[in-house]
Amino acid sequence: MQIGVVVFPGSNCDHDALHAATLASGREAVPLWHESTDLQGCDMIILPGGFSYGDYLRTGAIARFSPIMAAVAQFARAGNPVLGICNGFQILCEAGLLPGALLRNAGLRFVCRQVHLRVESTATPFTGGCRAGQVLQVPIAHGDGNYYAPPEVLEQLERRQQVIFRYCTAAGEITAAANPNGSLHHIAGICNAGRNVVGLMPHPERASEAGLGSADGLQLFASLQPCR
Amino acid sequence: MTAWIQVGLKPTVLDPQGQAIQAALRKLGFGAVAGVRQAKVFQVEMAPGADPAEAKRQIERAAREVLANPVIEEFSIRWEE
Repeated sequence: MQIGVVVFPGSNCDHDALHAATLASGREAVPLWHESTDLQGCDMIILPGGFSYGDYLRTGAIARFSPIMAAVAQFARAGNPVLGICNGFQILCEAGLLPGALLRNAGLRFVCRQVHLRVESTATPFTGGCRAGQVLQVPIAHGDGNYYAPPEVLEQLERRQQVIFRYCTAAGEITAAANPNGSLHHIAGICNAGRNVVGLMPHPERASEAGLGSADGLQLFASLQPCR
Repeated sequence: MTAWIQVGLKPTVLDPQGQAIQAALRKLGFGAVAGVRQAKVFQVEMAPGADPAEAKRQIERAAREVLANPVIEEFSIRWEE
C-alpha cells in the first residue's frame, strides 16, 4: 500500500499524516505537491489538515482549484480510496467530492481538544478494521467544523449510512454536550455514495501513537491492510 | 466598470457570527435591532474596454463557481459604471 499526502501551501498536518501513514502501511508515504498532476502511482491519497491558502474566501475554496485536485478527483471517481482530514474534508466538500459544507463553529471559537467518535459504519476502506459502534479518542482542532447539509441531503446520508463518525461521549452516547461545534446530526465524518471517499474533521494522525495520548486514529490508516 | 458581488449565507443556514453581532448591538443599546446576518462584498474591477455582455457573463460564472458556495450561500450582483 503506497500512501500519498497532498501538500498545499498552508497545509500544516502533512508531516503528521505522512508519519501516521508510513507507520500504518510499513511503507514510506510520499508527499505530493499541489502544483503537480502526478499521483506517483499511489494507491491511497490523503488530503491533510491545515489552512490551505490561508482559508481565504472560504476554507478549501481555493485549494480545490489546485492542479493536483483534478487528478485526485479522477482517482476518486475511479473508486480509489481518498481520505480528507480537517481542512482536507473542507476541500473535498468544496470540490463536490463529498456532499455538504463546513460552517463556522456554532460557538464561534477555534476548538482544540480530545473528543470521542463513534464509528457508525465499517463499510469504507478506512473503517474496515474498526468495529461498528466502536468509540475512538481523537483530537479536533478547527474553527470551521460545523457540518451542514440541506435536509434532503442529510436524509439521504442517513438512509445510505454515509455518516461514518459521530461525536459522542466516552461511553459512546450521542449527547448535545459531546458535540463540539454544532454539526447537524452530530456528524464528524461522512463518505461519498461510492464509499471510497471519506472526510472527517478530527485528526486521526494526531492519535497515531500512545505517546500522543491515543493511538486510536492509526486504525484509519491501517484498515486497508494489517499493520506491520 | 465595477462589479459589486454580495455573498451571504442562505436564510435557511444558521449564522452564528450574525447572532453574536446582534447580541453585541443589543447590549450596546441599539434596541431597535431585531436581526443581523453577516455577508461579504467583493469589489471587482473589469479591464478597460471589456465587452459589457462578456463581463457580465464572466462575473455571473465567477460568483456561482468560485465566490459563493451554492450549498450554503447565495449572491447578488450590482454594477457600477
